[in-house]
Amino acid sequence: MTASSPSTVASDVCMSLQDVTISYGSFEAVKNVYMDLPKGKVTAFIGPSGCGKSTVLRALNRMNDLIPGCTLKGRVIFDQHDLYDKRVDPVEVRRRIGMVFQKPNPFPKSIYENIAFGARINGYKGDMDELVERSLRKAAVWDECKDKLKESGFSLSGGQQQRLCIARAIATEPEVILMDEPCSALDPISTLKIEETMHELKRSYTIMIVTHNMQQAVRVADMTAFFNAEAVEGGTGKVGYLVEFNETENIFNSPSQQSTLDYVSGRFG
Amino acid sequence: MRSAPPIDAFTLRRRPPQEKLVDIGFRQLTLVLAASVGIVLLAIFLTVFSGAREAMATFGLKFLTTSAWDPVNEEYGALIAIYGTLVTAILSLLIAVPIGLGTAIFITEDLLPRRLRDLIGLLVELLAAIPSVVLGLWAIFVMEPAIRPFLSLLHTTLGWTPFFATEPQGPGTAPAILILVVMVLPIITAISRDALNQVPIELRQGAYGVGTTRWGAIFNVILPAAVSSIMGGVMLSLGRAMGETMAVTMIIGNSLNFSVSLLAPGNTISSMLANQFGEADGIQVSALMYAAVVLMILTFVVNVLAQWTVRRLSLRY
Ligand SMILES: Nc1ncnc2c1ncn2[C@@H]1O[C@H](COP(=O)(O)OP(=O)(O)O)[C@@H](O)[C@H]1O
Ligand SMILES: [Mg+2]
Repeated sequence: MTASSPSTVASDVCMSLQDVTISYGSFEAVKNVYMDLPKGKVTAFIGPSGCGKSTVLRALNRMNDLIPGCTLKGRVIFDQHDLYDKRVDPVEVRRRIGMVFQKPNPFPKSIYENIAFGARINGYKGDMDELVERSLRKAAVWDECKDKLKESGFSLSGGQQQRLCIARAIATEPEVILMDEPCSALDPISTLKIEETMHELKRSYTIMIVTHNMQQAVRVADMTAFFNAEAVEGGTGKVGYLVEFNETENIFNSPSQQSTLDYVSGRFG
Repeated sequence: MRSAPPIDAFTLRRRPPQEKLVDIGFRQLTLVLAASVGIVLLAIFLTVFSGAREAMATFGLKFLTTSAWDPVNEEYGALIAIYGTLVTAILSLLIAVPIGLGTAIFITEDLLPRRLRDLIGLLVELLAAIPSVVLGLWAIFVMEPAIRPFLSLLHTTLGWTPFFATEPQGPGTAPAILILVVMVLPIITAISRDALNQVPIELRQGAYGVGTTRWGAIFNVILPAAVSSIMGGVMLSLGRAMGETMAVTMIIGNSLNFSVSLLAPGNTISSMLANQFGEADGIQVSALMYAAVVLMILTFVVNVLAQWTVRRLSLRY
């Protein structure tokens, strides 16, 4: 577009990471990530803990801005703009790229308000009742909520709270939804329900999900990125990097890197 | 047929009797400690109430609505002090709550470098360490002369309202309100800051995650999550403001003439008690006790109201 018009990104690419390095203070947590995240697909980030999956995910909607000392080098292209351009407002970024967190975190408001709040600040002018119902239905939690919309979001079980948080993210009508281990605090049945929700959602949204559950990646993801971390000489800690990014099938059945094979076959330290 | 197992069925890993005794002893101890708080409270109330009986019988409810305070003719009414107590407490909180809450938000929501925030927090807490008699002296010799031009301005511009109808001339209700602001500010700030710091980080992230601005997150998510603890701090401050004696006595003027004006000298129940108890006798003592009962009831009512509002306002997290 304008002078900053950075790159010719293929039209089926939703977000493109170009040589992204993210540091906490002087500690480089993830280094030199190149990745083209496809539109309308589910992409899973897998890898051992501490390899920087969450860090990369948070970089995609500038949630890292909330962490003092966290800086990013390189470019994250979304809709033909570098999200880290000085002229980009992080609040607007988060309105277009929603997020679901590891721990369910409903607002201290009623179930109804949990949904309506985000929609309202995003300028939604339509029928709020209808939006609340539609969002809760999409997140597969309407049946459990429909009789208690006025009650606190905390009156729900953990799995229901998490689906409420998904509904909350959907209600703002983002283009992308980021999920950081959304099922790690949930029981297997809630997990399955949320996975069904994801299958439903990927018709209309691009989804990136961090998961430590490889079966889950196989079940929900079209694409999988495997991250790993290695100690570097003279460094203070392990530095994360992207090992391999490919279709999920390839990652799990015929990975090109030995460390990927070790990890997906459970032979990893 | 199997019978129920005998009581001493467990022979392995049985707890020694001493351990059980310690358990029981500890439980009784906490019971005694908890009960003693209630007993002391009750004892205070009964003492004051029985002291006030004579005055209650003599003056009845008229005590609350008349302002005579005349030891010669033995006529007593507490209107000045009741009005002064309510006005000073409520107005000082109306000023102190926004400032204290604002300060708390300012020092919890990384608007400033960490060092500066810690410094401001420390200064506010030091404010709480100043003895009230020192604050009283400061109010008389420094604050009141310094703000008098401003109070005069209030009088000249707003003199047509009853609240600013009199010429400011030294001690009065307005300076007492301001010194109360100084005294309750650290309480409100410290408690609000702790309450805001306790709001889980996940909730903040959730707010920013749906695309709120910083102010949207603070006012729509973080403050509502902290409101019940903050109200606790406000109530504590209200108690402090209604009960504060020394600094208020020094600056309020201890007037015996009723005036609605904030610029005129006034009185509060606590300040009246402190001033007169020493030389009072006969029914005057009883009248002062009556005033003390009124103060206790006021505090109690305020607390109940506060609990009720907190419960309505807050959704737990
Ligand atoms: N807020 C933070 N401040 C400092 N270091 C952090 C922070 N969050 C994560 N890190 C560090 O960054 C690295 C990657 O962390 P993270 O992205 O959470 O990994 P993962 O999600 O893959 O387990 C780790 O070494 C971790 O210690
Ligand atoms: Mg993580």
